[in-house]
Amino acid sequence: MLRLEPRRRPSKLMLGLTPVLAVIATMIAGGILFAILGKNPVEAIRIIFIDPFLDPFSRTELLVKGAPLVLIAIGLSLGFRANIWNIGAEGQFVIGALAGGATGLAFYPMEGIWILPVMAIAGAAGGFAWAMIPAFLKIRFNANEILVSLMLVYVAILLLSALVSGPLRDPDGFNFPESRLFHDSATLPIIISGSRAHAGVLVALASVVIAYVLLNRHVLGYQIKLTGQAPKAAAFAGVNANRIIAICLGTSGALAGLAGMFEAAGPVGQLVPALPVGYGFTAIIVAFLGRLNPIGILLAGGVMALTYIGGETAQLTLSLPAAAISVFQGMLLFFLLAMDILITYRVRIRRTEVA
Amino acid sequence: MTLLTIEGLTKAYPGVLANDHVSFTIEPGEIHALLGENGAGKSTLVKMIYGLVRPDSGRMALHGHPFAPHKPGEARAAGVSMVFQHFSLFEALTVAENITLGMENAPPRAELSARIRDVSQEYGLPLDPDRLVGDLSVGERQRVEIVRCLLQNPRLLIMDEPTSVLTPQEVDTLFQTLRKLSAEGVAILYISHKLDEIRTLCQRATVLRGGKVVAECTPADETARSLAEMMIGGELAMPKARSFSPGEPILRVMELSLPSQTPFGTDLDRITFQVRAGEILGIGGVAGNGQDELMAALTGERAVAEEMIVLSGRHIGRTGPDRRRILGLLTAPEQRLGHAAAPAMSLTENAFLTGRSRQKLDSLGFVNRESTRSFARAIIERFDVRTPGAATPAQALSGGNLQKYVIGREVLQKPAALVVNQPTWGVDAAAAAAIRQSIRDLAAQGSAVVVISQDLDELMEISDTFAVLAGGALSVPQPAAGLSVEKIGLMMGGNLAEEADHAEA
Repeated sequence: MLRLEPRRRPSKLMLGLTPVLAVIATMIAGGILFAILGKNPVEAIRIIFIDPFLDPFSRTELLVKGAPLVLIAIGLSLGFRANIWNIGAEGQFVIGALAGGATGLAFYPMEGIWILPVMAIAGAAGGFAWAMIPAFLKIRFNANEILVSLMLVYVAILLLSALVSGPLRDPDGFNFPESRLFHDSATLPIIISGSRAHAGVLVALASVVIAYVLLNRHVLGYQIKLTGQAPKAAAFAGVNANRIIAICLGTSGALAGLAGMFEAAGPVGQLVPALPVGYGFTAIIVAFLGRLNPIGILLAGGVMALTYIGGETAQLTLSLPAAAISVFQGMLLFFLLAMDILITYRVRIRRTEVA
Repeated sequence: MTLLTIEGLTKAYPGVLANDHVSFTIEPGEIHALLGENGAGKSTLVKMIYGLVRPDSGRMALHGHPFAPHKPGEARAAGVSMVFQHFSLFEALTVAENITLGMENAPPRAELSARIRDVSQEYGLPLDPDRLVGDLSVGERQRVEIVRCLLQNPRLLIMDEPTSVLTPQEVDTLFQTLRKLSAEGVAILYISHKLDEIRTLCQRATVLRGGKVVAECTPADETARSLAEMMIGGELAMPKARSFSPGEPILRVMELSLPSQTPFGTDLDRITFQVRAGEILGIGGVAGNGQDELMAALTGERAVAEEMIVLSGRHIGRTGPDRRRILGLLTAPEQRLGHAAAPAMSLTENAFLTGRSRQKLDSLGFVNRESTRSFARAIIERFDVRTPGAATPAQALSGGNLQKYVIGREVLQKPAALVVNQPTWGVDAAAAAAIRQSIRDLAAQGSAVVVISQDLDELMEISDTFAVLAGGALSVPQPAAGLSVEKIGLMMGGNLAEEADHAEA
């Protein structure tokens, strides 16, 4: 009979190494999956992991896909460190896009450099407010934030559909369920000409730096870590657990909302029902792949962006089903978590059965 | 014929001999008390009988046949059942479903329900098999556990502190049930430290102290006082009169009442005491009598009415832990890893845990790493904590070293009042002596100190005044110098009201 025994001290080296091993294991298992689907596995892996680097446009697309992933994952990582599980970043992303986008539309066709900051604030506020619903229910009724935040994703997506079919519908859009295209003052500036890389990339980078300082230098970061590692010690130190819940859920909601607003006012350029493409869920993988560490999240965001871009290419050139890429991303998290078990536990084989 | 014979059972855990050549016998139909302080080895012993723990050496025989259960299932098959102090029931399932889960060969549901009704009627433990356990009172849940055992027709029923969760009426009912079982030939091994219960219920008693059998007796022939003396031992070193001139009252607790938050906790009942500058108040008593709740109220983790706790004339009952530290009330909880210190964090980070505000280790919301590190180093140096350095995680330290660290962390902050719970629990003798000395030095410098402990020797050694916490109530503190074993035995026996009258008279 197999048995898991906790290790005395998990290896620091393996903690850093397993994300890399998980990527390699995913490549191998993914290759097998592609082979079963009748595709050349070596070619598929090359298209997903290597080709995006060879093409200049794909390289900037890494930034476009990576920015929202990193921004959302940074927010989620704060909560995850405190054992607060916001699974609904996708919903906060959508509400952020709605609030930011609607603000931009409301100012149509006014000009001014103040419009984008106002939209960003509205987007962050929208995501924040959406995340405060699970936060309030958890604080007041001890409701499970995993379930509440997840269910609110579907509410948010339906809300987006309803609004772009109704009040936010483009008056000149032949009744298509989508908003007007954002005008120039409500569209993010491009930072690399000829690409879609927008100013949100810079904000994502800034969030990495701020999170790093917060976690390593600031009292709040200390309190978040303490709450996650030893809740009783946190209470003894005088940390207000409810305050940490509100801050962690609120911050991750605000960052996801900001990412949603960037997505709408950047690459997409309008509000459409198809706006949510799963960044909020993929960011959970990014957060764990990056070991909840800001620098790690930056790297992990790059890896996941790669699977998005390479996956799209693979869909086109190899006619792989879109779901194969989702499976691919899921495998990454699966392998990582499985390896984490082996870091903290050792497997023992015992003959006698344990009562 | 003797039902269960235990011969020379020994079980060692790292650093402690939990059972040291324990021998005794249980006769059929006998209600046999197992008596002892916390840590005397009662739990280890019954776990060995029930097959949860394997003895290092020694023998057991059941009905004259060798008996060495490898798991509880084997013990149950041989006729040994156990009702634990803390139940293992699923609240979302019905009584019958819960009982099914614990049985090896459960009969069909209808038949089982009928049997549950029969057995519960027969033994005066009314129980509806179809009710959800979540809707039952604590006493009713215990009935589920008992009925579960009775359905297996045990020859020996082990009961671990069964009355600690019951109301007086429920206790009476339980005793009737146990007497009926006894009359039918079922032996009962009854673990308790409630001396009056043992005297009324049990026919024989085996007393454990420090893992050894120190006495066997017939409880009815003893007094609560003599039983307590057997339990705590006659060789208790009584404190000599110490020159001690206390100053002004620093910490006062007034009529502190607090309902427990856990199902097995103890409600605090109008606890009142004061500690003066330079005074060490020792609070004794068996674990689970309100120590955790009292500690939570004093650390500030649980808010109480503002006027219930007074520090230097200031009401702080609702004040949070951090603010209390600034005002001068520092505390050290019993559990080192996970409560007093975060296991995976470094000693430096753990220094920040309580040192933050009083030592001003942060500025503008940022952790001042340099001053935090030097505070941690000061604790390590001053209290002789053996560790490679301040960057070592707390969980890498031995129990004694970490205890020196978490006590030193508070002592070094020069508290006006210090409250420590179990300061030397699980700590080797040298570290324990160092910790006690540091507590005494702190009091000598004019701090008011409260030491909550289950180690009477320790309390006698360091206390100026002494009180006992029993059932959530505190006896009237009295000078430790005038105490005797008899007096402490009486206080521990739960005769608090009587004791209080004496003290006031």
